[in-house]
Amino acid sequence: MSNPLEPEVKTNPQGDPITSVEPEQKTNPQGDPITSAAPIKVSGGSKDLQEAAKKQRVVTPEYMFFEAPRKREFITGSEAAKEAVRRSNVDFSVAYPITPQSETMQLIGVLYGEGYVKEYYRGEEEYGVMSAIAGGSRAGVRCFTATAGPGTLRGIEPIASWPGHRLPAVAMFTCRVVNAPLAIQPDNIEISYLLNCGMIVFHAENQQDLFDFIMKGFIIGEKNDVTLPVGVACDGFFVTHARNYVDMQEKGIKLPPRQAWKGAVPVLDAENPPARLSRDAPVQKSNFMAYNIHAVWQQEVWAAVERSRRYIEQYMGGLCTPENVEGAEALIVASGSAAAQSREAIRLCKDQGVTVGFIKIRSLRPFPTKELRQLCAKAKLIVVPEFNYVGWLAKDVAAAIYGYSDAKIVAGPHVYGGMSMPVEMIVDEVIGGLTGKRSIAVPDSAIMGRDVNQAEVAHFMQNI
Amino acid sequence: MLLQGLPAEKERIIVPGPAGFMPPSAAQLGVALPPSGVGIAYGHHVPEDIAIAEIARQMLTKPNATIFPGPMVLWAWNEHAVEKAMAVLEIAAQIPNVLIIPMPDYRPKYPKVDPEEVINPNHPNLTIWGNKIEACIFVGVHCHYANLTLKMIRAGTNCCTAALCAEQGHEDAMLSVHDMDAAKLRKVAQIFKRVREQMGIKLPADGKNVRYTGLQSRVNGNETHINPLAALKPGAPPAGVHMPSEGQMPH
Repeated sequence: MSNPLEPEVKTNPQGDPITSVEPEQKTNPQGDPITSAAPIKVSGGSKDLQEAAKKQRVVTPEYMFFEAPRKREFITGSEAAKEAVRRSNVDFSVAYPITPQSETMQLIGVLYGEGYVKEYYRGEEEYGVMSAIAGGSRAGVRCFTATAGPGTLRGIEPIASWPGHRLPAVAMFTCRVVNAPLAIQPDNIEISYLLNCGMIVFHAENQQDLFDFIMKGFIIGEKNDVTLPVGVACDGFFVTHARNYVDMQEKGIKLPPRQAWKGAVPVLDAENPPARLSRDAPVQKSNFMAYNIHAVWQQEVWAAVERSRRYIEQYMGGLCTPENVEGAEALIVASGSAAAQSREAIRLCKDQGVTVGFIKIRSLRPFPTKELRQLCAKAKLIVVPEFNYVGWLAKDVAAAIYGYSDAKIVAGPHVYGGMSMPVEMIVDEVIGGLTGKRSIAVPDSAIMGRDVNQAEVAHFMQNI
Repeated sequence: MLLQGLPAEKERIIVPGPAGFMPPSAAQLGVALPPSGVGIAYGHHVPEDIAIAEIARQMLTKPNATIFPGPMVLWAWNEHAVEKAMAVLEIAAQIPNVLIIPMPDYRPKYPKVDPEEVINPNHPNLTIWGNKIEACIFVGVHCHYANLTLKMIRAGTNCCTAALCAEQGHEDAMLSVHDMDAAKLRKVAQIFKRVREQMGIKLPADGKNVRYTGLQSRVNGNETHINPLAALKPGAPPAGVHMPSEGQMPH
């Protein structure tokens, strides 16, 4: 019996006295502490922090992309991504911050607090994040997430399943080193893992691209005959952490919501007959399916990638952007931050009296094969600078124009492991390629096309 | 390029198969989806009415012509779905001896499919083979599953496939027209009627032109045919069922 003179001591279920002076933690029915943010109360007033989001009005994609007035701001790439999501009518976003990839997903959390994103939480890790994005997208809502480097690879299994499930989510990849020893500097090797998933892949050169590609990615990916995920990649740090000018529409407008019932597949629907708890056809091989169901399924995913071309042309102005190609002595073909470096290299070449054309690749999947065959038909020298070791872009370029151009193709210069690319490296390859001077940065085995030792090229193609 | 008539035989890209063990998709072969008002005939863009007339000719002349209605016209998602289903029956009413075999959903059938009674995107070739179907129309099928089905039928059968699509159309069908709402489906029925009359093909006097499958016959008193227009008056939805308004559910 307790002594009535002693104060009652509260105990936990194990009988231990509760000594904490912290206020009682509220829990959900499963006993987990409730930590999600309730609507923020502002002392001394009743201001609704989500008021601006509630007043956003829907506009057509055509108005948003081509007609709406824009205002220039000086912001980081992560902030540009945040502003794109603010205007994209995003329903659901799952974060695993993989700090310090970028601030992007933290900033999406701010948007959630402000009411611009309807649901948001932190996943267990990237596998869970990408799986949750799959669930959200199957349920018919517009989904966004971002990751980087090791996070991309940890999530690659569910990411690679998105296209087959026809899930038009948008994921941002702020590329960084993935190999050991770990590093957090830029290196876009992870893009090579994404190229063959069946998803659409854009490569942003700068903060403006990032802003535009994310918004347009939603609209392109959600087209009925596309219905595919879109990966928007950029070279981390150079784009995510650095500031640049970005021309943006007003915050008061947003894209139309996803119309999931117009997609190429039915959404997960447990409320209408016939009730479905999962996507109808399991994608596991079984005795109840024809031998070639998986084969035609893959064909259909890649056919959808093909169909996206016309929308990329409609909304992004093309899969690549050529500049001064006609009559140029040499061409540089580049994507991402290498494109930015190439512009400066072209200026330096011009100072030396060498006219260099430029082709910026914006869409890596689908790849601008037809465009490159036409643009490179008369080229004598093509230089492909990249921020990775393996030269995935140079291989794609060489494969695309094989038989359509007799240009010498320099797969380089390359920097990797987080290094920046001095523009002089690109200039050296252009001048050296034109004069025949031997390169000190690009091995002979990484030079393809005209006047090339084919045995060394074979070595290059086989070994990296 | 928009042709003004059907492509010459030697120019045709997507034709009745069997195309082989693993033929490339039509998209890989360079066939693109056309803009509004333009159909696809054998891999080439043609005016929509020309494509529809060719569908009619195929359905009126090939053995065991079949309409495959998918979930978007089989289930009463909304009033427009009902209206479209009725328009599909108007098309059926113009094709003597036509079969109507449903694709009610997209699940592989367990433990055994009855391929003569239903078609399924995971093994559509079984239904084509089982019923010796040489011309067919898909309508009301979600585009992804329609594309899987069309690819497999082209690979493994000699069936001439046609798609009446509510969205952008299907390059893997030999014949494709798109933007199909109820009004446009009724227009298809009118073109079918015109082509049938031009070909001198008559309908049965009692209007019973849709041929039952075996199971359909057994559950309908061993009748062999039905007048599809007799089914044009849908009953009221069951008590308690709410019919969503237009725009809330699949097209």
